[in-house]
Amino acid sequence: MSILVDENTKMIVQGFTGKIGSFHAQEMLDYGSNLVGGVTPGKGGSTHLGLPVFNTVKDAVRETGAEASILFVPPSFAADSAMEAADAGIKVCVAITDGIPAHDMIRVKRYMRRYTKSEKMTMIGPNCAGIISPGKAMLGIMPGHIYKKGNVGIVGRSGTLGYEAASQMKALDIGVSTSVGIGGDPINGSSFRDILSRFEEDPDTDVILMIGEIGGPQEVDAGQFAKENMKKPVVAYIAGLTAPKGRVMGHAGAIVSAYGESAVEKVELLKECGVTISKNPSVIGETIKSVLS
Amino acid sequence: MDIHEYQAKKILSDFGIGIPKGGIAYSPENAEYKAKEIGGSKWVVKAQVHSGARGKAGGIIVCNDALEVAQATDKLLGKKLVTNQTGPAGKIINRVYIEEASDIERELYLGLVFDRGSECIMVVASTEGGMSVEEISSEKPETIIRSKIEVAVGMQEFQAREIAFNLGIEPELVSRTADVIRNCYRVFSELDATMVEINPLVITKDKHVFALDCKMSFDNNALFRRNEVSELRDKSQENPSEVYASDRGLNYVGLDGNIGNIINGAGLAMASMDMIKLAGGEPANFLDVGGGATPEKIVKAFKLVSSDEKVKVILVNIFAGINRCDWIAEGIVQALDKIKIEMPLVIRLAGTNVEKGNQILRDSKIDYIEANSLEDAANKAVEALKKVENN
Repeated sequence: MSILVDENTKMIVQGFTGKIGSFHAQEMLDYGSNLVGGVTPGKGGSTHLGLPVFNTVKDAVRETGAEASILFVPPSFAADSAMEAADAGIKVCVAITDGIPAHDMIRVKRYMRRYTKSEKMTMIGPNCAGIISPGKAMLGIMPGHIYKKGNVGIVGRSGTLGYEAASQMKALDIGVSTSVGIGGDPINGSSFRDILSRFEEDPDTDVILMIGEIGGPQEVDAGQFAKENMKKPVVAYIAGLTAPKGRVMGHAGAIVSAYGESAVEKVELLKECGVTISKNPSVIGETIKSVLS
Repeated sequence: MDIHEYQAKKILSDFGIGIPKGGIAYSPENAEYKAKEIGGSKWVVKAQVHSGARGKAGGIIVCNDALEVAQATDKLLGKKLVTNQTGPAGKIINRVYIEEASDIERELYLGLVFDRGSECIMVVASTEGGMSVEEISSEKPETIIRSKIEVAVGMQEFQAREIAFNLGIEPELVSRTADVIRNCYRVFSELDATMVEINPLVITKDKHVFALDCKMSFDNNALFRRNEVSELRDKSQENPSEVYASDRGLNYVGLDGNIGNIINGAGLAMASMDMIKLAGGEPANFLDVGGGATPEKIVKAFKLVSSDEKVKVILVNIFAGINRCDWIAEGIVQALDKIKIEMPLVIRLAGTNVEKGNQILRDSKIDYIEANSLEDAANKAVEALKKVENN
């Protein structure tokens, strides 16, 4: 098993016919993802990459039975697209888009409160690399070949730092059950805690790697969750040791504004929760290896 | 994005919040005239820079006649104000704000921020205005009042009233204070702010409620729909390298060290900087050229990093995913054909086709140090720095 997506998950692309949407849709198809179509308002009825294009997400869901979607929609329209996906019954939606206003993301999350737990969409991102269940499916923009199939779950904010970790693991012959990028924005669809709880229930995941960074309370909150509710070991690395207070380090959410948000403080608080810390980003693979054995 | 006090006060005033009489001045003569126009017998001349703690740094001067206003203005204009928030370089004072002095009875603190835990807007208030919120939290934490506002329905009247009563506001001023709080919430939500702070919010002896000082920050991601806010940007208050970078689509933050960085991805950039620090060095900058790391961006990045006089060594760390290392390597070769780098250069490539990429670099005429891991790259950069410093 794996979490969120596997080889049977029917997927669509929102913003399908644009340049970036097309490129990554093709990458996902090449990886073996079960992509069944896409949405571009106004281009419904046409065919793109050999797949049907729909005007609305509802049409796509009705015609294809799609359960998951990925957004390549410009920032000013992305919140609207996410809400459209939620309303159409999509179960997992990955928002790749970087630059969505924080107020818009809060609106999306409030909008989704109208659904009961069983019909509620899980949103991943925005400003993330997406999801990959190696050997099964990719709903994201990562280079699929750097992930080996295996029993370590990865959840992180950053794209390239996540790739760095996955390739260190692959070099040590360690594989991944699913890797989830929750994104670098201050308000995101799913938190570290949300993803940890899924990994805890996944029989194919034995260890979880959490790649966090400065800013916000989510890493420490996830550490608390691990301490109270998880049996599986959690390994963490927190980036941003040298980041000055009050400055945004690339990701809109990577800013230290309160106690507990700096890398040093997060590491201390996570240690108290029993999380194993990778002391630097060059030994993430080795740290996982020692926890696995 | 940050704005000046006088700009923030204009916004407050537009949203119905009381501010003392005041005006902006660009010269001593101008300031003297403004003071006379404002009237009264006591004024405050305030340096307009993007920083708090201006008073302690000498950026706020109380004056008792119009001539003093002119002298104070002359003293401030064109100088760099160094506060505990600006860093040692300080920030240039290009204008001053002349304000009628208020007869203060009480000073309060009022701030609104995003609370990332609850994903609500949080109002923070205290009876201890005039101190920074950090000082209040450490010295008088018992005075802090917090109120979470549900964004879907906005701030309710009772919530604003509760905050006002908890601040110990006398009954006849409660509704006026509550209005200020509610109007601040409107500023926050209607203008895509990320922070609105009135400190101090004062009650004057003649029972006015005034915003005496105000700071606001706005969500950069929302500026596209807030022209009225984005036009308030003052580039003179930003680090020139950061302005250069943001104009070219690069994500750059200047720091105090001497190892320059060119990295793709924000997380990997922070991680590489951590490695430099652990290896005994100090990063000169954060620079994310974006996941794609196109040759054009790499050229711009080299120009930017090498123009920083502090930089003695440059470290390039690129993880090529979808974009292959051979393609990245060609980009680096092209970039270094266009600009000459006169300092040690450490390059670490990783990801797809890493061997091919490294071979292209080795076969080129580039003078560089090859590194094969994050740790190796950081160690070699620090080693190279030591050699430079010993020469």
